[in-house]
Amino acid sequence: MPSIVKPLIPLATLPRNDLGLTPRNYEGAMSTLCAGCGHDSVTAALMQALFELSIPPYKVAKLSGIGCSSKTTAYFAGEAHGFNSVHGRMPTIATGAIAANRELHYVGVSGDGDSLSIGLGHLAHAVRRNIRMLYVIDNNGVYGLTKGQFSASADIGSTSKKGEANAFAPIDPLMLALSIGATFVARGFSGDKERLVPILKAGLSHRGLALVDVISPCVQFNDHEGSTKSYLFVREHEVSATDFVEPRETIVAHVPDQGVLAVPMHDGSQMHFRAVPAGYDPTDRAAAMHYLQDRHAQGEVVTGLVYADEGVPDLHELSGTPEGPLAAVPFDRLCPGADELARLQDSFR
Amino acid sequence: MTLKAVVRTETRARVNDFAIKLANVNGTGSASANSLLMKAIFRMGIPVSGKNLFPSNIQGLPTWYEIRVNKDGHTSRALDYDLMVTMNAQTYAADIAEVRSGGYVLYDSTWPLPSELLRTDVTFLGVPLAELCAQQFERPRDRLLLKNICYAGALVALLGVDRDVIATLLEETFGGKPKLRDANQLALKLGFDYASEQLTCPLPIHLEPMDAKEGNILIDGNTATALGCLYAGATVAAWYPITPSTSVMDNFASLCRRYRVHDGVHDYLIVQAEDELAALGMVVGASWNGARAFTATSGPGISLMNELLGFAYYAEIPAVIVNVQRTGPSTGMPTRTQQADLLLCAYASHGDTKHVLLFPANPAECFDFAVKAFDLAERFQTPVLMLSDLDIGMNDWVVPQLAWDDAFLPDRGRVLTAEELHALPRFNRYEDEDAEFVTPRTLPGAAPGGAYFVRGSGHDKRGAYTEVPDKYQEVVDRLAHKHTAAALHLPAPVLHRREGARIGVVCIGSGDLAVREAAELLAARDLPVDVMRVRGFPFPPSVRAFLDEHEILFVVEQNRDAQLRSLLVLETGVSTARLHSVLVYGGFPLSAQQVVDSIVTQTGSE
Repeated sequence: MPSIVKPLIPLATLPRNDLGLTPRNYEGAMSTLCAGCGHDSVTAALMQALFELSIPPYKVAKLSGIGCSSKTTAYFAGEAHGFNSVHGRMPTIATGAIAANRELHYVGVSGDGDSLSIGLGHLAHAVRRNIRMLYVIDNNGVYGLTKGQFSASADIGSTSKKGEANAFAPIDPLMLALSIGATFVARGFSGDKERLVPILKAGLSHRGLALVDVISPCVQFNDHEGSTKSYLFVREHEVSATDFVEPRETIVAHVPDQGVLAVPMHDGSQMHFRAVPAGYDPTDRAAAMHYLQDRHAQGEVVTGLVYADEGVPDLHELSGTPEGPLAAVPFDRLCPGADELARLQDSFR
Repeated sequence: MTLKAVVRTETRARVNDFAIKLANVNGTGSASANSLLMKAIFRMGIPVSGKNLFPSNIQGLPTWYEIRVNKDGHTSRALDYDLMVTMNAQTYAADIAEVRSGGYVLYDSTWPLPSELLRTDVTFLGVPLAELCAQQFERPRDRLLLKNICYAGALVALLGVDRDVIATLLEETFGGKPKLRDANQLALKLGFDYASEQLTCPLPIHLEPMDAKEGNILIDGNTATALGCLYAGATVAAWYPITPSTSVMDNFASLCRRYRVHDGVHDYLIVQAEDELAALGMVVGASWNGARAFTATSGPGISLMNELLGFAYYAEIPAVIVNVQRTGPSTGMPTRTQQADLLLCAYASHGDTKHVLLFPANPAECFDFAVKAFDLAERFQTPVLMLSDLDIGMNDWVVPQLAWDDAFLPDRGRVLTAEELHALPRFNRYEDEDAEFVTPRTLPGAAPGGAYFVRGSGHDKRGAYTEVPDKYQEVVDRLAHKHTAAALHLPAPVLHRREGARIGVVCIGSGDLAVREAAELLAARDLPVDVMRVRGFPFPPSVRAFLDEHEILFVVEQNRDAQLRSLLVLETGVSTARLHSVLVYGGFPLSAQQVVDSIVTQTGSE
């Protein structure tokens, strides 16, 4: 993927985070995606989320597969190690990387082709293992780099640029993930960065795998009338399960009356979301699945934090590994030594 | 009806030099009886091998176990059976036909053998195993299982197995379960007593204690491989179950539970992946992040791993892959052995790719080479594949006790420390190559300024995307040089020279014992040969030198297409005309006789 170094334009009034870093420190190479591509907005939201959480860029590991979405790991956090792997296999690389070092912040960026077709199995198993990472799917319903084939997330009847209607049922990553034990699922819209950033921040603070599906229109191949992944369609058919509430807003004593849910994140912070439909409970898996299905049947796109459970241990907690990186365990603790080898071999006689 | 021992065509005693084959039904408990016998012979200090020829099945199909005893240490598979234990009515005819003339058949005489199966040139030894067990044991399951221990008891008497050794083994195996121990001891005694009273014991083929056990252990290759990975310091392992490699990870897991849990903290993480692609992806991700990581698989798994093997090669990420080879192509014969993944592994993945391979010949080398694999993978920042096979991996071998040097420190390769990184004006991933064409890497999160972008797409030496021919070629050319440079770090070929030899024999992996025995048999026929066993790929110059020394060469390997020969031709440039093949690929371990027969025929020395 081509990447162009961004010109540095000094701006005096840039905000600084707790590390004293500015948003510029969270930028990467210049995007080579099409002008207006939804993915660039997701990249911008990721930069802002990382900035606002004051995560040191070099403590971030960015992983991706193949496709337009996967290119975007080059476009943010330039001081972070990036891993542009092979098509569909990003979750496997992430699983191994996380196994080796649980201390980094893992951001996986994938697409609907990468995660819902060639890599569907890997996505599913990463969800099951609850590896601690933010897993973003830039979902546009179409294969852009190969010029416009339907992807597995295209809705039945949604038309291609040439006018053909898709005949096959879509895979909704959120429904899939909820059905196999996902502990955090949310959907954003790249046309609404204000609401996407807090979802990404919550995902980055989550205890296990945070799956964030972002409807991110492809301006070249899937932004026309007849598409259900266009900017216009999503704007007109978006329904929110929850809305983020800025912490500075006063949370009054009787939270349930206000419909505000405080989600205590694993890192000790709290994220506050307001249920949009009265009584929506993002800790009720069955209700969340029902709501997704119900709204989808009405032709609507559910956004917001759909489900979260901070009570489920991640892969490391389940495996009893050290608190620090496995990769940093000293060799003398790993190798039992000559005497033990001799002792062990008594049982081979 | 009990057949009397009617014919005896050979009465000459053959001490510590014979082969037994036991024909069983899979899933009936014969494995423990057979390995009990094998282990007892090992403990008597006699060179021995046991080969399990088993079906891809859980219960019901025919399965065989072969024990070869040879005082001179020739323990490759024998094709000539002195004694057949026929416990499977489905295969009576074929089993009885396989016994050498003058040999013996031990059968369950509870029921008569069909008369058409009788041979006049072998001795039939009847023991009413089912009847004996039915009289003593109540439960049908016990009667079935203990028949095996019962025939083992008869063999203890017939072959002169040390009874104290057997008693100790039973105690070690069942000591914690007194009921089971007593039942096994009783079944053993039933067989022993019957044979002692009713048959002539011992047979002319029998055992006498030796001292070949000293300093040796009995171990299978997959256990040894797992031990090597443990000692090398592997912390992350990912795998997908596949015969015949599964016991690598089973053993690694149990070793980790024993040695890697400190105060409840597990210094390891084993992931049973969703498939082999994922398994290698996890290994690559973990290795990129600084852990020693490995996977174990077999041929079908390597096929699936091709994509990521090419990725790791090009992106220069260490990875250790254990391939316990089985019979291909496709699903092939999962429980049979072959050496047919040589070319697949050497050049796995699309585009110009070449990998570093290790070829252990026995469990001892599995241990050493597994440790070596991690050092090589990190030193050369590339996948290293260790090609064992089912014969090595799943059979018990007698090998010298494994040794460990406590001064050993793993070679983690060129990984920049924070200080080294700070001293650089700018870090570029694929620059600053050393004499062996290796460039330094950084570990994610270790220090600011070390970031780079791993990619499988075309990149220049800074790691940046490129489509510029010169910049692309600069990187892939260095990779080719790096591969060549690895040759001198691999285990050198093992040479066995013989006075006056004009013929060279090249072998690989588990063919070692059979080929060395064949060399002795050929020398006895005035056909001296030099033997070279290659142990790694890329080949060092000494391989080419050996080829150049000999006018006639035979490459002995267990595949149809002469893959090692092709690899030698491709990579050393040796003339194809001088390289002849001995190919044995039916799925059973190689036998010396097969090598001798082929070379004798091809050289016209009959």
